Order: sequence, then C-alpha cells, then structure tokens
Amino acid sequence: MRITQGTFSFLPDLTDEQIGRQLDYALSRGWALSVESTDDAHPRNVFWDMWGMPAFDRTDAATILGEVQACRRAHPDRYVKVNAFDAESGWETVRLSFIVQRPKDEPGFALERQEGPGRTQRYTVRAYACDRPAGRRYPGDAP
Amino acid sequence: MRAPDAKAFDAPASAHGATPRDPRDRYRSGVIPYRSMGYWQPDYVPKDTDVLALFRIAPQEGVEPEEAAAAVAGESSTATWTVVWTDRLTACDRYRAKAYRVDPVPGTGPGTTTPQQYFARIAYDLALFEEGSIANLTASIIGNVFGFKAVRTLRLEDMRLPVAYLKTFQGPPTGIVVERERLDKFGRPLLGATVKPKLGLSGKNYGRVVYEALKGGLDFVKDDENINSQPFMHWRDRFLFAMEGVNRAMADTGEVKGHYLNVTAATMEDMYERAELAQELGSVVIMIDLVIGYTAIQSMSRWARKHDMILHLHRAGHGTYTRQKAHGVSFRVIAKWMRAAGVDHIHAGTVVGKLEGDPNVVRGIYDTLRETRTPECLEHGLFFDQDWADLRKVMPVASGGIHAGQMHQLLAYLGEDVVLQFGGGTIGHPMGIQAGATANRVALEAMVLARNEGRDLWNDGPDILEQAARHCVPLRAALELWKDVTFDYASTDTVDYVATPTAS
Repeated sequence: MRITQGTFSFLPDLTDEQIGRQLDYALSRGWALSVESTDDAHPRNVFWDMWGMPAFDRTDAATILGEVQACRRAHPDRYVKVNAFDAESGWETVRLSFIVQRPKDEPGFALERQEGPGRTQRYTVRAYACDRPAGRRYPGDAP
Repeated sequence: MRAPDAKAFDAPASAHGATPRDPRDRYRSGVIPYRSMGYWQPDYVPKDTDVLALFRIAPQEGVEPEEAAAAVAGESSTATWTVVWTDRLTACDRYRAKAYRVDPVPGTGPGTTTPQQYFARIAYDLALFEEGSIANLTASIIGNVFGFKAVRTLRLEDMRLPVAYLKTFQGPPTGIVVERERLDKFGRPLLGATVKPKLGLSGKNYGRVVYEALKGGLDFVKDDENINSQPFMHWRDRFLFAMEGVNRAMADTGEVKGHYLNVTAATMEDMYERAELAQELGSVVIMIDLVIGYTAIQSMSRWARKHDMILHLHRAGHGTYTRQKAHGVSFRVIAKWMRAAGVDHIHAGTVVGKLEGDPNVVRGIYDTLRETRTPECLEHGLFFDQDWADLRKVMPVASGGIHAGQMHQLLAYLGEDVVLQFGGGTIGHPMGIQAGATANRVALEAMVLARNEGRDLWNDGPDILEQAARHCVPLRAALELWKDVTFDYASTDTVDYVATPTAS
C-alpha cells in the first residue's frame, strides 16, 4: 500500500527540484521549515521525530534541502516529511506538510474490531510495522 | 399593526428634524412620523459597542427614504405605530435604534428597470441584546419589520457585530486550525462528496459509497440534508455502516477520514441521542441542517465543543430568503450569525457550480468566515469593518455541480481553506466511485503543487490538468466526460456599489 498523508501523496514522488520549489514557496510566505521522520506512520501519530529545530531564520531552500538529504541518509527506510509552520496570529500552525521519502515496502495497517452492545464496533487501526520494535521496523533500518 | 396614516408621512420637511426639544410635544398622544420620534439621527456617530445594520429599502410610494429608514429603525427596536407615554419610564433615547445615514442604491430608480432603493444604516445600542443569543439578536433585527407596510421591500444586507458582543458567543467549536491539526491535513483544500442518490439507499449500500469514496482519496463523505431516519434506512443503520466504511478507509490509506453524520431530527433529544452514537463510534464530525433553527444550532455547537466534534452546517432552506436582492436577508449576514453561533463548516457557494454565487458576493462571504478581521469592501458586499474578536475560523464548503475539470478555477476563486465537495463528480465517474475520488484528489494536488510553483492557474490550469491526467487514467476519463459542463446563468444576488458612494 501507499499511505496518502501529506499534501502531495497522490502525485508521483517529488524530485528534489520539485521539493526545492515548494520550499521556495513556503519561504516566500515567511513560514519556518522543518524536517521530521518516523517508522510509525499511524494516521493519529502526529509527533514524528524532529530532525533538529524548525529553521525559523533560514531563508534559502538549498540549506533546507540539505537537511532533507541528511535526514534521508540517516534514516534511509523511514518516512520523512517537510513541514512549513506559520507563526502569524490566527494561524500558528502548520500550513504545508508533504512526504519526501517513504520506505520501499509499506506494509500498511490492520483494522481491528471489538464487538460492542447494539451492533456497535470499537475500531482500532494498527500498523503492521509496529509488530516489530522501534528501529527494526523496515528492512533498511540499522539493527 | 397599522401603518401611520399618509398625512403623517407627508408632513413638511421642516418638521422632520431630530426629536423635538420639548418632551411635551414629543410625547403628546397621537401619531407622528418615526423620524420625529428620534429614530432618524443623521448626526449620530455610532459607538464601537453598537450593533450596526445595513438595510436595502424600497419605500412605498410617497414615503421619503429618511422616514422609511426611521420606521425600520423604530420597528426593529422600541417603536410602535403611535406615541406611548410609557416610553418616559425608560431611558428611551438609549433604547431607540438610530437610522443615521441613507444612500440611494446605484442602478435603481428613475431611468432603470428597478424601483428606487436606498441603503439605510442603523445603529442599535448593545443593551438591546441578550448576550450570546442569535435568537434574541434576530428577533430584534428581522423580527417584525420585514412585514411592515411602509416599505415595499426590505433586505438586510450586512451587519457589524461589535467585539463586545462577539465575546459573549462561543463561536466555532473547532475552527479551521484545530480541524486541520486533528485531521493532520495541511496545505490543500479538503475533498468531500455527498452520497447519491440522496434517498432510498439501504444502510449497507450507503456505507459502500462512503467506503469507496474515502478509499479513493476523499477526506470526507457527507449525508445529504434530507437524510435523517426514513423507512428505507434507520439512522442507526446509517451510522453503523458509514463508520465501518470510514474505519476501513482509514486502515487502507493511513489517513484520518470522516463522514458527516446528519443528526438533524424532530427534537433536541433525538439530535443529542444521534450525536452521542456518532461520538461512541469514533466519528470526527457530525452535521446539522440550518432548518433546525438558531437555538438548536447553538445547542449543538455547545455539544460539539464539549465532545471534540467538528460541526458541519448544511444551509438547507437559505435560498428562500437570501437569493432575491430586493427582499430578505443576505447570506453574508447568515454567515456572520453562524460564525458567532458556532459552526465549523458551512456551505458558502462555489462560483462555478450549479447553485447561485456571484464571484464578488462569494468572496465577501468566504472572507467573513475565514479572516480574523474584514475591512469594509463595497465591491464584495462588506459595508462595515468587522473585527472577529479571535472567534475561530469557519471552513467554507463549496458544493453543487462542480467537477475535476474546474479545479484551477476553484482553487483560484476559493483558496485552500475550503472543503470542495464533488458529489456527482465523484459518484458519477464512469470507472466507479474510487476512480472518481482519485481523479479529484490528483487534480487537486497537481493544482496546489503548480500554484505553489508560481504557475498562472487561470491560463495554465487546463494544461496542468492535462499533464496530471497523463499519470492518472481516472482523471483523464473525468476530464473527457465533463469537459463541456458549465453553469452559466446570470446571478440574481450581485453587489450594487460605486467606487465612491454618494452621501445623501
């Protein structure tokens, strides 16, 4: 399967050149860019591991792209995404967030059900990858 | 109620000033013009705490515009048709609404096909209103006055709700920012679809449509306004099967998904019962119809806030009073009331789809829902500066006769904080519902990517779609099928303004 979180998951994976243009756009809006990675892409897992601090004062896309590449090298089989954060009053939240690397094999999720009264179900989405301990969830992960 | 006699309206202009100085004259029993009762005060300077309203008035034959404006001010505040001595038991100068400005409406009157109309501005003291109650606000502003004989037609065009008043309202229970954080979806419009056919599907078949559309790439699927609990599908069946579809699609895609479960019902007790099952099943969103009424909307808003639920409002019925320019209530006013009352989503026009929506009017409504402050902008129908007092932002919903081939226009007109709902444009896809959803999602992401890269959506839009369709067969099929579908009809609700309005 292919998880479809992020702004551009239905398009073919973005090239570094395309990523650079999105970084330019975010910087032109005054947003702070950050890089995050995870081996647990559960839809409710909102706290991926931060690759350093958000780059509040960097104004060139090349530096950020360098951070993306460094994060990929360190975590070749993790999901990596770029966030653009807007600190303007009334927003103070992420305004753009897209995946820039995904594992070669994405095992996906199981849907577990627990029967409740009145035909109700209690649903749980469980990541197959999480059957294995953190750091050993994808073939490329370091032992 | 009886209108004051014509003689009173025809009194000489010299008698039409502000309230007579001598209270013995002002409160002598009988019928005097409204403007002589203190409801026309051209020198009045509105206070920051006043509620302001702008009415479009077509006076009856022989009624002068100032008198008509004063009559509207009077009948929407303290006045009745005759002098009452009991006014003197009150601080009545304060409680009287004051009409303070009248301007002729451009494009009406002699030499046009429309009878002369006027924009009248009226100020209401904050003490006239109960805190946090849309029912009380509207009972004053649109309570009696729309049936008043002295005006031929009357339309409430816009309002300014003062910060002091807005702070007494809860506002949207979730708001755009928190909704996006909960859904973990940023940087693009959200995608939805309304299940079709509107009526007749069994719960199981209904849930199938929900599942297919969400799995294919939509963020939300939606009950239609008239799906409640009918013989063909009991509401519990719909909720249970729809949530099965939602959760299956979440596991299949790794994304948070939702279905607007319509809890509209005959009584508050029924609505609470349905909302509680939605919550128990883990739904992120519920839905209500505008026809349940302002008080019921505010009650459901409180419930939604308490239970972390996104509240979707379908504006069922609004066209009966918002669409005609001469008489009724403008939808931008309804939008203001609903932001104060507290909904998270509201249908607000598409510009390009099958339902009414002039681009300038729609822009004014979208700004009203999404901005923290909307300055006066006559071009967009906004007559007042409005500070939203940090009330959360409402996500507008564009729904009705839109399809993937219009994606560049939709993004250019409506921006990215909007739910784009393609009902027929998803479910009517020749390759199936999943394919229809995928076509819309691919078109959307390609368009956002291109916009961020600085491409010109107006001119390059069709090329961008064609290019995206090269790696997406469903999009190619959608573009081919719906390429000629447009809804080009003249709008009935447009803005009347001139760049520099003339003061009367």
